[in-house]
Amino acid sequence: MRTAIRFTVALLVTVLFLFPIYWLFTISFKTPDEIFSYPPVWWPSSFQWSNYTVLFRDGDVVTIWNSLVVASVSTAAAMLIGTMCAYAIARFRTGGDHFSIWVLSQRMVPPIVVVFPIFLLYVKLGLVDTYLGLIILYTAFNLPYVVWMMRGYLQEIPREIEESALVDGCTRLQVFTKIVLPLARTGLFATAVFTFVFAWNEFLFALVLTRSAVTTFPVQLTHYFGGQSNFWAKISAMSVLGTVPIFLAVAFLQRYLVRGISLGAVKG
Amino acid sequence: MTQQNVHRHDRRFGYAMIAPAVAIILFIGLFPLIWTLLVSVQNISLIDEDTSFQGLLNYQRLMSDTRFWEALGHTLLFTAVALPLELILGLALALLFLEELPGRPVFVALLVLPTVISPIVAGAAWRLLFDNRFGPINQVISWVAGEPVTILWLNDPNFVYAAILIAEVWQWTPFMFLLLFASLTNVDPSLGEAARIDGAGFWRTLWSITLPVIRPVIVIALLIRGLDLFRIFDVIWALTKGGPGTRTETISIYAYVQGFQQFETSYTAAMAFVIIVILTILVMAALKRVEIAR
Repeated sequence: MRTAIRFTVALLVTVLFLFPIYWLFTISFKTPDEIFSYPPVWWPSSFQWSNYTVLFRDGDVVTIWNSLVVASVSTAAAMLIGTMCAYAIARFRTGGDHFSIWVLSQRMVPPIVVVFPIFLLYVKLGLVDTYLGLIILYTAFNLPYVVWMMRGYLQEIPREIEESALVDGCTRLQVFTKIVLPLARTGLFATAVFTFVFAWNEFLFALVLTRSAVTTFPVQLTHYFGGQSNFWAKISAMSVLGTVPIFLAVAFLQRYLVRGISLGAVKG
Repeated sequence: MTQQNVHRHDRRFGYAMIAPAVAIILFIGLFPLIWTLLVSVQNISLIDEDTSFQGLLNYQRLMSDTRFWEALGHTLLFTAVALPLELILGLALALLFLEELPGRPVFVALLVLPTVISPIVAGAAWRLLFDNRFGPINQVISWVAGEPVTILWLNDPNFVYAAILIAEVWQWTPFMFLLLFASLTNVDPSLGEAARIDGAGFWRTLWSITLPVIRPVIVIALLIRGLDLFRIFDVIWALTKGGPGTRTETISIYAYVQGFQQFETSYTAAMAFVIIVILTILVMAALKRVEIAR
C-alpha cells in the first residue's frame, strides 16, 4: 500500500518534470496549424518532419555543426592539458595545495567578468567569430573541471604499478602515456563527456564572441526569439537537435553522472 | 641515479606537466582581472578613448547607479528563493526514492534529464509553455478555474518572477535530487534503524541522524548552485532578456547591456570588479559559516 502511494507520487512527479521536454518534442513534429491552434493540441495528429527539413534547407543546422566542432576540439584540448596537470598534482604534489585550490577557484569566476576583456582582446587579435577563439576560451573554461576530476581518478591508481614500470626502465613520460592513461580511461571518458556537455550548452561566451561564421546552436536559438514573430517550429526543432546528443551521452553515462556533476565530491 | 637526482627530475617533470594549464588559466584568470582593474580607473567608452587616470570616478558613478543595485537585488532574490526551493524539493525527491521502488532506476534516469539540457533550450521550452494563448499552462489554469484565464507570464510584472523561478527550479531541482539521492544511498541504513528503535520518528531521524551525515554533500551542492545562481544569465535571457523593462535584470545581464550594447568599457570594467569583490565576500562569508557550524 505504502509502495503503491510512493509509486504513484513518483510517476506524477516524473511526468511533471518531463512535460516541458515532451512539449518541445511534440511541437517540433506539429504542423503550423496545430502549433498555433487555440486551445493548444497536446498530441500531434500526424508526425511530420518538415520543421526539421526547413532547418536543413535554410542552412540553420550549420550551427549544430559549429557547436560540434567547438565542443569536441575544446574537449580534446582541455582533456590533454588538464590531465597532464592533474597527474603532476596527484603524483608529485606539484605546486602544493595552494595551486590545486587556485585552479579550482577559477571555476568560481563569473563568465560575464571574463568575457568582456577577452572580447576586446579578441577584437585586437582578430579572433572574434572564429573557431579558434571560441575553442581557446572553452578549453580554458573547462580546465579547472578536468584538473579537479582527473586528480580524483588518478589518485585511485596504485603507485606500485607505476614504480615497477620505472624500475623496468620506463621514463616518467612513458609511464604517463603507456600505463597511467590506459588505467584511467573510464575516468577520462566520463570527464570528457561532461566537458563536452558544458561546451555544447554554453551560451554567454558564444553570444559575445560569435557573429555569423561560427554561431553555435544556443545562440541561433535566441535569434528565433523576439517580439510577436516567434518561429515556434524552428525553436522546437532546433532545440531537439541540440538536446538529443546530450540525452544520448547521458544515457551512456548514468554510472558517472553523480561524480561528474558534483565535481567529484560524491563518489557515485 | 641517486635518490636526490630522481626527486629533482620528478619535480621538473611535474612543472613541465602543469605549465600549459597554468599558461591558459593565467590567460583567463589573471589577464582579465588586471585589465579590468586598469580600465576601470580610466574613462573609455564608445565616444571617448580617454585612457588618463580617473581615480574612482566609475566606482562613484556605480555607487549611485540604482539600476545596478536593483540588478544585484534581483540576483540575490533569485538566489534566495531558488536555492532553498531546489534543496527542499531535491531532498523530498531523494527521500521518496530512497527505499526500493519498482522501476526506480528508470525514474532516476528520466528525472535527471532537465539538468543536462542547455539553459537556452530550457528557456525555449518554458517560453512555449508560458505562451498566453498557445501554451498549455494557461489552458490548464483555465480548466481549473472553469473560465478562460489569460496570464501574460513573461510580460506581467506580477508573474514574471514566478515564471523564471519555475523554469530555474524545474531545471536544477533534479541536480540537487541526484546528489542528495546518491549520498543518501551511501548512508549506512543501520544508523537510522538504531534511532528508530530508540523511539525517534521519521522527521527526528532525518533531522538529527541523516542530514548531519550527508551535510558535506549538501554544502557542496549549495555552493555549486549558489555560484551558478549568482551569475544567472542564460535562462533569463531566453525568457525575458531582463524585462519587462528592467524588472528581471540580473547583474550579469546589466553588465552585458552596459558592455556590449552601450559600449561603456570603463564603466563595465568597474562593474565587473565590484561583482568579483561582492562574490568574494559572499563566498568567504559562506565558507566561514560552514566552518563555524562544523
